[in-house]
Amino acid sequence: MKTIDAAGMDFTALNELLRATEGDAEIIGCLGQRFIGAGMGKRKLAIHGIPGNALGAYLNGAEIKVFGNAQDAVGDTMNAGTILVHGSIGDTAGYAMRGGKIYVRGSAGYRAGIHMKEYKEHIPVIIIGGRAGSFLGEYQAGGVIIVLGMHTDGKPIVSNFPCTGMHGGKLFLRSRCETVAFPRQVTARPAAAEDLGEIEGYLAEYCAAFDLDKSAILDSPFTVVTPDSANPYRQMYVAN
Amino acid sequence: MPGIDYFYPEFEVVRRDERCIRCRVCERQCANEVHRYDAERDMLISDEAKCVNCQRCVSLCPTRALKIVRSDCRLRENANWDGDTIREVYKQAASGGVLLSSMGNPKPLPVYWDKLLINASQVTNPSIDPLREPMETKVFLGKKPDRMTRDAEGRLKTDLTPQLELSMPVMFSAMSYGSISYNAHASLARAATEMGVCYNTGEGGLHEDFYRYGPHTIVQVASGRFGVHEDYLEAGAAIEIKMGQGAKPGIGGHLPGAKVGPDVSRTRMIPEGSDAISPAPHHDIYSIEDLRQLVWSLKEATGHRKPVIVKVAAVHNIAAIASGIARSGADIIAIDGFRGGTGAAPTRIRDHVGIPIELALSSVDQRLRDEGIRNNVSLVVGGSIRSSADVVKAVALGADACYIATAAVLALGCHLCRTCQSGKCNWGIATQRPDLTKRLNPEIGSQRLVNLLTAWKREIMELMGGMGINSIEALRGNRLMLRGVGLNETELRILGISHAGE
Repeated sequence: MKTIDAAGMDFTALNELLRATEGDAEIIGCLGQRFIGAGMGKRKLAIHGIPGNALGAYLNGAEIKVFGNAQDAVGDTMNAGTILVHGSIGDTAGYAMRGGKIYVRGSAGYRAGIHMKEYKEHIPVIIIGGRAGSFLGEYQAGGVIIVLGMHTDGKPIVSNFPCTGMHGGKLFLRSRCETVAFPRQVTARPAAAEDLGEIEGYLAEYCAAFDLDKSAILDSPFTVVTPDSANPYRQMYVAN
Repeated sequence: MPGIDYFYPEFEVVRRDERCIRCRVCERQCANEVHRYDAERDMLISDEAKCVNCQRCVSLCPTRALKIVRSDCRLRENANWDGDTIREVYKQAASGGVLLSSMGNPKPLPVYWDKLLINASQVTNPSIDPLREPMETKVFLGKKPDRMTRDAEGRLKTDLTPQLELSMPVMFSAMSYGSISYNAHASLARAATEMGVCYNTGEGGLHEDFYRYGPHTIVQVASGRFGVHEDYLEAGAAIEIKMGQGAKPGIGGHLPGAKVGPDVSRTRMIPEGSDAISPAPHHDIYSIEDLRQLVWSLKEATGHRKPVIVKVAAVHNIAAIASGIARSGADIIAIDGFRGGTGAAPTRIRDHVGIPIELALSSVDQRLRDEGIRNNVSLVVGGSIRSSADVVKAVALGADACYIATAAVLALGCHLCRTCQSGKCNWGIATQRPDLTKRLNPEIGSQRLVNLLTAWKREIMELMGGMGINSIEALRGNRLMLRGVGLNETELRILGISHAGE
């Protein structure tokens, strides 16, 4: 495995070097370099430090592990692969992702999973260990978003306006969500055993990645949110 | 309350019975089901209320027995409350819905192209005969270097940023697979390849059959990111970020689930029957810095080998917006004027939001020159470019190239009935119904597009030759070649031209 010391390196130089490298790689001293792993196919990449915005954009099969926090737009329009973040992540994680997994040990900023979609066997998954900011799952059109609320610093598991414009997929919050205000076009209900059965495999993966106890996580009430219609705007128009 | 919402049909079907041979072509051809054969009376009868005046039946009637005319049964004349306006109130009072229209703004707003006149040489600086002399219509779109640089041995450094090469300054603008048919896309892709220009996928992804036309394809990335993945980005000659569209500035797109059949689903990579919603903004773009991030992420994902286009609608502060985009790392700015077409847009947005492309183009070109950043980007304009004369005028106002879409679908048979949103296009363009899409033969369709562009190219060369210009590059931003007629001082100032006679 090739080790790249990114200290003081410009993002274009770092990414150029990464593209020129074959096989697995490790970046040390990462400090805010953007677009790492953009469009990367099947390779493994370990990052020590803090990668900049748009980590793993258009990711196409790579496995990225971040030993630290990541910034905004993690996994933007991701197609396949895995991004594991041992810290927290910024805003708009998984924008329009249609495949692959983003597993975060800590919390996520605004708009996580916005416009996430799915297609046949491509079912994207985001799991956030801590809490999520406002507009979680906005315009969600497919895939699975799970927020575990394991460390919320006393704040609610999700901030304002989750699921606005949701028209596909499922969203799980490990909470009774008594104080969470959902929009009208979705249904939020306590997750039944079969709902949790759907995500057990993902949680097992997540727990293995971060060395957590799955049964302790599941031993707590979950709320599942689904859209009422895949065609939420159908009634709004009149032909002119 | 009966009768309130009733309107006498807008069009009348006039059938000359002495010519009608009961062949029933009209009946078979009309997806709107206007015509019906009554066996008992052995005659064809019409339900005019369903007619959209697409002229399909008129065009295919073998005995010219049919014509469609506008009905003269109207409300009392009123210059303020015209018939359409009243009809729209009734529709909304009945339904509570947002009015939805198609194609470009039909309102009688100024078309500045028609108030611009082109120069020609007389006596001095003689004109050039394009039939005898070489004329260059080729353009390269992308960032141009500020100066020439040489290496240690004095050789010219030629490592330019990626450029899009076009044989003439015209491209087919974005129309998604979904809004138009497979055969329409096939026609555009083949014609673009044959003519050495580009067509644009729109935001609906790239059908697997069309990857082979990649060198002449612009792949679009819109807020919904439908069908966007690494192979798609790599397939195109350039990548276009759609921030806005002239027909509907400030709002997103919405392909109804009914149009998302198996093939469209596969290309957009969304489930069948699910609405394809492109949110109004890109929710990760709130500033030029954020736009820069998307531009660079696309460049990084494609190894800096593709020029990136940022497409915006022409709106009030377009010059400042373009200045920002020119600093974002984008290679090309595409600006879409308020007369641009669409497969569906809210009527009020289409008809009332945005500004004319002529004014947007001239103010953007001037602003970028004033700021010394004109060479950072190429400018592409559309919405609407109707002829080679419009292209020449646009280039003289500062455009590097033009986007055409309405003209292209007209070449494919569109009769501008403006009901694309119904999905029942009788000409096989704006529909996904197999019985309708097969009416558009991509062999013939692509040939007609090639014919159109070939004719325009000849006309562009004629007009250039007349001005004594033998390279399109020498026409770009050459506003001395234009004069205005019937324009006020503000309009002339914004267009940067003199009045005819001056």
